[in-house]
Amino acid sequence: MTAFGEHPDRSGRDLFAEAGLAALEDAGLTPDDVDEVFYGNFVGTLSENQGHQGPLMSEAFGSTAPAKRIEGACASSGLAIREAARVVRNGEADVVVAGGMERMTNMDTAGATASLAVAADALYEVRPGVTFPAAYALMARAYFEQFGGDRTDLAHIAVKNHENALVNDHAHLQTEISVDDVTEAPTVADPLGLYDACPISDGASAVILTSDAYAEHHDLDAPVAITGSGQGGDRMALQDRDSFAKTPATRDAAQEAYDDATVVPDDIDVAEVHDCFTIAEVLALEALDLYEDGEAIGAARRGETTRDGPLPVNLSGGLKAKGHPVGATGTAQIAAVAKLLAGTHPRADALDSPTVGLAQNAGGTVASATVHVLEVVE
Amino acid sequence: MTDTSDSTFASFLDAIEAGNPFYLTCPNDHGSLPPKRICPECTEQTLSKESLPETGEIVTYTNVAVPAPRFRDDSPYVTAIADFGPITLTGQLQGVDSDDVQIGQTVQLTVGSADGERFVAFERP
Ligand SMILES: [Zn+2]
Repeated sequence: MTAFGEHPDRSGRDLFAEAGLAALEDAGLTPDDVDEVFYGNFVGTLSENQGHQGPLMSEAFGSTAPAKRIEGACASSGLAIREAARVVRNGEADVVVAGGMERMTNMDTAGATASLAVAADALYEVRPGVTFPAAYALMARAYFEQFGGDRTDLAHIAVKNHENALVNDHAHLQTEISVDDVTEAPTVADPLGLYDACPISDGASAVILTSDAYAEHHDLDAPVAITGSGQGGDRMALQDRDSFAKTPATRDAAQEAYDDATVVPDDIDVAEVHDCFTIAEVLALEALDLYEDGEAIGAARRGETTRDGPLPVNLSGGLKAKGHPVGATGTAQIAAVAKLLAGTHPRADALDSPTVGLAQNAGGTVASATVHVLEVVE
Repeated sequence: MTDTSDSTFASFLDAIEAGNPFYLTCPNDHGSLPPKRICPECTEQTLSKESLPETGEIVTYTNVAVPAPRFRDDSPYVTAIADFGPITLTGQLQGVDSDDVQIGQTVQLTVGSADGERFVAFERP
């Protein structure tokens, strides 16, 4: 992957070329080996006036293999990895690139705000002024009302994820923050403040999936396998859901992925979850059945999901500190979990011989969710 | 059955402005909002219009400090989700001080406008 951050002067194709070539080199493969490309992108038609990005991005790393752009808001490359895993497991391809790219900072804040909002219902949510932070603020207040918790609980999540990113040179924000910094930051949409929100980032990520047979035959170093994949859906607009404090799309995706991998939540050693806002990490951990409903709000505060806790969450820094180039996030999570399991991530020292990891990627207010289970290959 | 195929988002706002807000309902009494050709709960395709209760209750809200660009001159503003019984709606709360909003408060429907686009709004009865 590229470093996530502000690259307003770099083109999308240049960002993806860097990520794709690095992934191929890491896998010991060349562009000619690639059978198919699944590429996640959210608002490239708005930010770069560029449609038809599939072949463009493939060409950027030297391939003319069949390519698809997949859009699922913030879950775009979670969907890409799911499709990539599917064709490899079905025996339709041996070497597949899954990745994503987003440029956001070439637009001004108003442009980025307007672009991010298109993940919501244009008539019933965007029209009355629901921004992306406002949608999660509506969920956060509903959560507090139903289960309790407060801004300080959320602040501990931001502090944790910033701390995790300090050694991650690909992270957008490598700054230590305190609980007071978070609770005293300017409000974006109450109860969420500036430090409850992920930054607006540019960047690209790519991972290479190969069949077991191909990896074996070509003597590739493939230490981690995707063993479970799941996807869930929900009504698009928050107003049409039974609860604003729960995300059943993630629950459905998790159940499918756990069953697919034949694991249970207790088996998970490390997780990267979709913390576009601090409250989103809470909603994810509960929907993943890693916590009971109403219990994950205090997990970071209690030190359970911190680097030295029993279940480290978002060791990469998460979206919160690593950054959130929307279409690149899902595959960046997969890359982070794979490196954490392989022992090659700068935060891998937080884990003691981990064997099972999980990545959860969500779109909009979680009308789309993907969950992938990754395991160390014996 | 009432033909609801003319029920658009625009006609929904027109009806609020005319003082006769409606929602769509299926034979199993599931409420939904236009445009719809099928009940999202049970997939019944026989939908009819019903009068919407005049008031709803705020179930969650947020005071938006960093506004959507169309509302840059109106920030901060409050968006809320209010339960009207058969359906639940998202709207901008108008004419109310942001410090004076609470879950459980009663609101009624109105229509707002910004940059020539109409939207669902709430006000105190
Ligand atoms: Zn129905």
